[in-house]
Amino acid sequence: MLRMILLRLVDAIPTVLLVLTLVFVALRILPGDPAQVALGDMATPEQLELFREQMGLNMPLWQQYFIFIWDMLTLNLGRSLVSNTPVAQIIAVNLPYTIELTIVATGMGVLFGVPLGVLAATNRNKLPDNGVRVFSLIGYAIPDFYLGALLLIVFALNLGWFPINGGGTDFASRMYHVFLPALTLAMVKTAFLGRLTRTSLLEVLGRDYVRTARAKGAREGRVIYRHGLRNALLPITTGLGLSLLATLSGSVAIEMVFNRPGLGETLISAIAERDYPVIQAGAVIFAFFVVFINLLIDIAYIVIDPRIRVQ
Amino acid sequence: MTSIETTPASGRGDSPLLIGLAAIFLGRPVTIVAACVILVFGCIAIFAPMLAPYDPLAQSYLKINAYPSAENWLGTDQFGRDVLSRLIYGSRNSLIFGLIAPVLAALVGTTLGVIAGYFGGIFDRLVTRLIDLLLAFPELLLAIIISAALGGGFWNIIIVLTIAFVPGFARVARASTLSVKQEPYIEAAIAVGVRTPIIILRHVVPNIAAPIVVLMTLWVASAIRLEAALSFLGMGTRPPHPSWGNIIRDGLSNIFGSPWPIIGAGFAITLVVLSFNLIGDAIRDVLDPEISE
Repeated sequence: MLRMILLRLVDAIPTVLLVLTLVFVALRILPGDPAQVALGDMATPEQLELFREQMGLNMPLWQQYFIFIWDMLTLNLGRSLVSNTPVAQIIAVNLPYTIELTIVATGMGVLFGVPLGVLAATNRNKLPDNGVRVFSLIGYAIPDFYLGALLLIVFALNLGWFPINGGGTDFASRMYHVFLPALTLAMVKTAFLGRLTRTSLLEVLGRDYVRTARAKGAREGRVIYRHGLRNALLPITTGLGLSLLATLSGSVAIEMVFNRPGLGETLISAIAERDYPVIQAGAVIFAFFVVFINLLIDIAYIVIDPRIRVQ
Repeated sequence: MTSIETTPASGRGDSPLLIGLAAIFLGRPVTIVAACVILVFGCIAIFAPMLAPYDPLAQSYLKINAYPSAENWLGTDQFGRDVLSRLIYGSRNSLIFGLIAPVLAALVGTTLGVIAGYFGGIFDRLVTRLIDLLLAFPELLLAIIISAALGGGFWNIIIVLTIAFVPGFARVARASTLSVKQEPYIEAAIAVGVRTPIIILRHVVPNIAAPIVVLMTLWVASAIRLEAALSFLGMGTRPPHPSWGNIIRDGLSNIFGSPWPIIGAGFAITLVVLSFNLIGDAIRDVLDPEISE
């Protein structure tokens, strides 16, 4: 098993390089002049030239490419054009808020979603099942930032139960601040995980060994949890990984809604302020997270399903 | 523009479009309601100038943040602009991308996927690796990174959405091409000496059209959602021109003023996306029963 995990880790190295290349292509080679984007339409040709000089943008492309890869791998991220703080420091301050939000939201989503899916599967085509179906239809359709804005208007603005913005300082206040944003993302997750749990569990419950378990007189609870849910775990884990990714990308908009510090908020304000080094670093960090979460999914497979280990 | 996609689907065999439509809508009241909702929103977008009570860009400092009244059904925003008129005009900027982006992405993605699947080799390995990588990214993240380079505006949004959707189409097209390639009729065509481009256009593409069309309808909703998210983040439709996404953005910066722009625009997005999802599911059930639940 350890060997498999190590193999996956080694396999991730070219992926990381490819991801860096992708970000480089997106930011440098796509039509759109970084200098023009950074300085705006009012910039004079001299200013543009100076900017290109400073950022190393008038070197040959292949040279820029190797410098970029090296800088990113050694975390030499440069300084913000707006505040002149090192980009690494900006990231270090904001990253924990995003991780916190992602973890709490995913946890809440699992906590609501999986039991809801079990409830729906065990009451097929009855009221709970139809309820979950309607809930997930709406959950798939409603934009997370709209849901967040509604929760903000009702619970923070009108009822005053929760803070309107910020990320909090000590643990208790951070959990207090993260609750509404996490709930927003979790509700979307719940729709997805509930539906997924229902489908996977129903599929497993139709298998022969479940019938055998029932025939030999196992109690219903044991059939559902020991024979059913346990075998439905693999697709649910994939779903969990996917929803972790979705939560990460959803956190961008949610951080804007709740005016919360975080990686997404940093990236979006950097784009608005045309803060090129921050944009670059933000994009790379997000890309790394995507690779990392996919790696986690792969490893979870190996741990959960012994059949994959043998191959 | 859509000739490659639509001719095979509608001209296939002896089941004309009518039977397909009947299969999609008969006995599915929810789908019929969804279709009506989309029809209504389509009409709103087309006839926006006739329906909107005010100019969506006209500001009035006399009535800022007004609550809903007989004069302004959904109130006004922080610039005194009529919210209902902005929503009506915004439907144009929101819906158009749902129509264009999936079609463009289908064209590009299918081309890539078919070529990769049919010819194999280095090109195939390259495309597959790139698809796997791009598919690992959530669409929104991919879109944000690309729009960071391109900026907002109509054509840039089209490019961003298309790139975000191409990998999905390419994967499906490639997989379907691989299985179609094994069929005896392809072998027969090669044996009688049909030229390769003709084989691809006449024999491969029509036979992989069903899953592509299904994907296209399912992604109309995704495109509308994605445009809304980009506009909300300030990277989509440029203000002052309204789109449902940037109306919510404006509304949030004026959240103490009036909640109505947010409520209205978000409701419109949800309703339209829900309707397109329902129709996409119905079309999937009919065209591609294998992949439905």
